[in-house]
Amino acid sequence: MDIHFGIQNIIFILALAAAIWAFARQWNKIWRNIKLGKPLDRTDQPGARWKTMARVALGQTKMVRRRYVAGFFHVVIYVGFVLINIEVAEILIDGILGTHRILQAPLGPVYDAAISFFEILAVLVIIACVVFLWRRNVQPVARLRSLSGWPKRDGNYILVIELVLMMALLSLGAAEANMNNLNTEGWLVTSQLAPLFSGLSQEALHWVERGAWWFHIIGILLFLNYLPYSKHFHIIMAFPNVWYSRLSAKGKSDNLERVKAEVQLMMDPEADPYAADAGGNGDDEDERFGAKDVQDLKWVQLMNAYACTECGRCTDSCPAHLTGKKLSPRKIMMDTRDRLEEVGQVIDQKGHWEDDGKSLLYDYTTPEELWACTTCNACVEACPVNIDPLSIIMDMRRYLVMEDSQASAQINTMMTNVENNGAPWAYAQADRANWIKE
Amino acid sequence: MAEMAAENKMPEVLFWVGCAGSFDDRAKKITKAFAKILQKAEVSFAVLGTEESCTGDPAKRAGNEFVFMMQAMQNIEVLNGYEIHKIVTTCPHCFNTLANEYPDLGGNYEVQHHTQFINKLLEEGRLKVEGGHFKGKRITYHDPCYLGRANQVYEAPREVIRKLDAELVEMRRCKSNGLCCGAGGAQMYKEPEPGRKDINIERTEEALETKPEYVAAACPFCNTMMTDGVKNSEREGDLPVLDVAELIAQAEDL
Ligand code: SF4
Ligand code: SF4
Repeated sequence: MDIHFGIQNIIFILALAAAIWAFARQWNKIWRNIKLGKPLDRTDQPGARWKTMARVALGQTKMVRRRYVAGFFHVVIYVGFVLINIEVAEILIDGILGTHRILQAPLGPVYDAAISFFEILAVLVIIACVVFLWRRNVQPVARLRSLSGWPKRDGNYILVIELVLMMALLSLGAAEANMNNLNTEGWLVTSQLAPLFSGLSQEALHWVERGAWWFHIIGILLFLNYLPYSKHFHIIMAFPNVWYSRLSAKGKSDNLERVKAEVQLMMDPEADPYAADAGGNGDDEDERFGAKDVQDLKWVQLMNAYACTECGRCTDSCPAHLTGKKLSPRKIMMDTRDRLEEVGQVIDQKGHWEDDGKSLLYDYTTPEELWACTTCNACVEACPVNIDPLSIIMDMRRYLVMEDSQASAQINTMMTNVENNGAPWAYAQADRANWIKE
Repeated sequence: MAEMAAENKMPEVLFWVGCAGSFDDRAKKITKAFAKILQKAEVSFAVLGTEESCTGDPAKRAGNEFVFMMQAMQNIEVLNGYEIHKIVTTCPHCFNTLANEYPDLGGNYEVQHHTQFINKLLEEGRLKVEGGHFKGKRITYHDPCYLGRANQVYEAPREVIRKLDAELVEMRRCKSNGLCCGAGGAQMYKEPEPGRKDINIERTEEALETKPEYVAAACPFCNTMMTDGVKNSEREGDLPVLDVAELIAQAEDL
């Protein structure tokens, strides 16, 4: 084995360490933010959870459903990303040890086949990125057209970065194909691209090869650190997000334990008054009914916000949005993430949380949006990473109604009727069985 | 139910009528159609009558857990008092609440939606239908959110419609992708937020695209919304919106 350990490798090791350190820092912050949410045990039925994760996250089943173009090309990029990472692993080893394609000699023809396969994938990824850039910018599909500002730029940056990284990878191989002492004939795509660099001297080829190699790996390390700021973080968060997603029927809305305990106490004077605490976490007194801010949500709901891909499939199937109401479940998720990031920044600056006078409800999401929801679950069904925007909407509605008494007159009438007449309308309970005689 | 209990009898199933089914004039027809089907199939059933109360669903969807829990616990007391095990209901909202949200509170029942129940009666041969005047007719079926997506019941109502020898035509958005009628989540009791269009109009337009002769629903609220939508497109006279139970009852001249 040829080992040329030198200054390049020392620089590489430092760059790698810095990238990992920076990413870990960001990761810890995000995890800390997620943990600001209320506890919720979602570790039941691990078997079913692994299966769901294999199906939805790994298998991308919801990605391809009814969205054939986006589904197909997303799978291309996804498979490309996962498999080309095998090659990246080799690049890392080479970078650290000062080797050149360390796996080539031991693997022989298998190596060439693998590289050829990766190269084909790289070409497909480039095509997919172009298609996606087209769908975002040239002829935007409705759910992407509505994005503007940072989310729109973010989407484009990712695609351009991926495109450029793939090009660097192919240039690397194409340069090597022209170099004298290397064995590259078996590589399908780059052997075709080789003429691009055939006019160059061996010296120049060496520089192109090094340049492409460094560009590619530094690009990847920077990309890694771009993730936590981007919707592209979903490539990591999608997996835990799906694992922890709800397994029960979508129609089931959780029962608030504290209300349950209080009502039980009300209905049964002999009940143990201290049982009221059992459902909560001890500090029930200042716990709100429903959610006003991100800290009132459950940690899974906050993780949802970091897993959101901003794809807009939820909003695209939302009856309220489709008929021109202000509600957009994607915006609910983006609001949650933005507000959570803001809360995180306050904690970064002050070392602990201090009320900044703002909240998710009112400052980010308005009551008008919340009241437009029909609780139809279309958003939950549509989400490719099993996010549940409806649960956040419901928790904020609960706050509006139970803490802020902000229901409209009509809703109040309905609730009073249910309470007093046992029906949402003002009919007498005694008339309930009249239909039998009619 | 009180009468049956007094005679020490246990019905095969408790028919949970729901508020719409008890009070709303249009929904009462669905209730009666289903009761007739039960009688025809000689199912021994009971209703709670004046002992039934709102499941609390509308309050819960509006965000009021207190009112919901009070309703739920009262109902569970009554149901458990009669030792009810099996419930059938014509309302997907009651169905969802009873099946999914009551167990936490001590109410454990086997809950079925009436379309599932009818389908089973047909499969077991306890009820027989011939297409009657629905034979070959184009019927489009609207999935109620609380039956479909919320509880994954897509096929039972469709199988019942197919057994009428009718031509079941699907809307652009159906089954898990079905569009809401606009009534859920307490929307039934309030004005919609400002927007371009009412949701039921959008959904009715999708139904009309299939050129149906009947619109089938399986929820009293969807029924109201779709009926209003049909009225709005001035098709009131020739495009009936019928519940799956009504289709069966009419096919059998019950
Ligand atoms: S549940 Fe609410 S937010 Fe989600 S799609 Fe339905 S109406 Fe829209
Ligand atoms: S919540 Fe899900 S469907 Fe909606 S934008 Fe985010 S990832 Fe897409």
